[in-house]
Amino acid sequence: MTNIAPELPPPGLEHVPEGGAVGPVQSGWRLAIREFAQNRLAVLGLGALIFFVIFCYLGPYFYHGGLTSDLTATNVPPSIGHPLGTDNQGFDVLEELMVGGRNALEIGFLSALIGMVIGAVWGAVAGLAGGLLDGFLMRIVDVLLSIPFLFVVLIVAVRFGATVLGLSVIIGIFTWQVPARLVRGEVLTLRVRDFVAAARAAGASRSRLINRHLLPNALGVIIVTATFAVADAILAVATLGFLGYGLHYPTFDWGDMLNNGVTYLQDGYWWQIYPVGICIIVVVMACNLIGDALRDALDVRLRRR
Amino acid sequence: MTAYLIRRSATAVVVLFGVSIFIFFMLHVIYPTPAIDVLGAHANKFSIAQWNQQHGFDEPWIEQYLRYLNQLLHGNLGYSYKLNQSVAALFQERWLRSAYLSGITLLLSVLIAIPLGIYQAVRRNTAGDAVVTTGAFVTYAMPDFFLYLIAIQVFAITIPIFSYEGPQTTSMWSIIFDWRAMTLPIVCLTLLELAGYSRYMRSAAIDTLAQDYIKAARAKGLPERLVLWRHLVRNAFLPMITLIGLSIPALLAGNLVCEAVFNFPGLGLLFYDALGTADYPILLAYTLVGAVLVVVGNFVADISLTVADPRIRLV
Repeated sequence: MTNIAPELPPPGLEHVPEGGAVGPVQSGWRLAIREFAQNRLAVLGLGALIFFVIFCYLGPYFYHGGLTSDLTATNVPPSIGHPLGTDNQGFDVLEELMVGGRNALEIGFLSALIGMVIGAVWGAVAGLAGGLLDGFLMRIVDVLLSIPFLFVVLIVAVRFGATVLGLSVIIGIFTWQVPARLVRGEVLTLRVRDFVAAARAAGASRSRLINRHLLPNALGVIIVTATFAVADAILAVATLGFLGYGLHYPTFDWGDMLNNGVTYLQDGYWWQIYPVGICIIVVVMACNLIGDALRDALDVRLRRR
Repeated sequence: MTAYLIRRSATAVVVLFGVSIFIFFMLHVIYPTPAIDVLGAHANKFSIAQWNQQHGFDEPWIEQYLRYLNQLLHGNLGYSYKLNQSVAALFQERWLRSAYLSGITLLLSVLIAIPLGIYQAVRRNTAGDAVVTTGAFVTYAMPDFFLYLIAIQVFAITIPIFSYEGPQTTSMWSIIFDWRAMTLPIVCLTLLELAGYSRYMRSAAIDTLAQDYIKAARAKGLPERLVLWRHLVRNAFLPMITLIGLSIPALLAGNLVCEAVFNFPGLGLLFYDALGTADYPILLAYTLVGAVLVVVGNFVADISLTVADPRIRLV
């Protein structure tokens, strides 16, 4: 293909490109951040997420509603001493929300991290290797993607019990397949680009190629997937807890709180159900909003799930 | 086309093999032998070892796997010693009820999502679009059980129009006609699925609306109704085919929670009850069936897409 030289502006005239004057050249990341900041919903989502991090981690230092069983004050409706009432054990619902939220956020971020690390490496190796190894690695991805992961998480939780670390690992194990596919696709398009050929010609080793050239370029895809993965993990843990196979006392968990609250659905103890449900929805929605905006900002074409 | 079909089927078979290996691996780790369930919790380890030997549970895992695979191919999904029934028989008794629940919600959500998505695409960035988009976004982020709880709280307890649980009969006809018990599960599941489908339909319709053939159809003076029905719907529906195929696992998992909350006597409730009794043969067989459905669903979606979209056949 021949390159058509851009028409030079006639001498003496100031050249103004189509679409107005451009400022100094900006890096892709800075542009992405600016575009993200212009998306009002995304900033709202980020704000909500930051609020929840502060609420869950710093909240208990300022607010002590009581997380010890108090059988003289069970199912107390919202009042001055307990703004969101107490549950059937006499635990203060507001403080339970704070402490339970920590676990939700931790499992969400940890499992997403595990998933992204495995997925990035797996996808990069498959995309670079090509051939039989690529086929084999991607069939493993296909197999694991076919397994309904909620069932497996439930079975493992029934057999081995649920802990924060255990849940993060098992959810992470079922999170890396989508990023692996996406990173592989990204690597397949990147590996034929000139800068990769140049690096190769300069004698870059395979691991250097992956770490320095391919992964940074595939980072956009990974970050976007990670945001959605956090949301999915939080939903999965909540479902697990709601069904009664998640984290239990002395660990606090939003799903577990709902599971307790459901018993009193007919008694109208709304404060045991709605606050925690709304917390889950807001956190998940915040992650989804951030993910959507990042996808637009980084111009990542990918489909959810 | 034939080459594609063969290649696609071969991949599906390979993946199915992989799935069977994965499930067998889980079975091996989690429930290596049913001896405890057969002999009772107080069996001593010699009788357990003897039972394992007699029934081949001490053989190398590869032999056990081949036996397991052979059984699967003959339709034997395992035996629940806790219910003293074969898993296949348990599934056979219940699958139709779950299929009815899933099928009717799938049908309803697709039938609503198509016009809704097109309405949103045509009237995009209006108040109506914003309302539907927001509703879909919130529903999408909502844990499914929370929606069931709200529905039960409002429509079964505060205003008792509907029943708070699913039909408690085993007769298919009374399940179909028991609208008091079926309305809440069906409506809730439909809303949840609709949240995903309408988002896709909206973006697919917006993409299609920007195509040249839509402009050409409008330019030649085709009435808007015909533009929408002949050109927009048929093209915008294509991505939905894939989505419907991909949503089968979500449908199944969704059914698990839905059936557990509404106490609907389907496969999901069987799984839920089996969780309580740690009845691993049922749990793993259900996971296997779910995985197989996913593979089959993807396969059918790919094939239907090839049939529906001539552009793909060229590849």
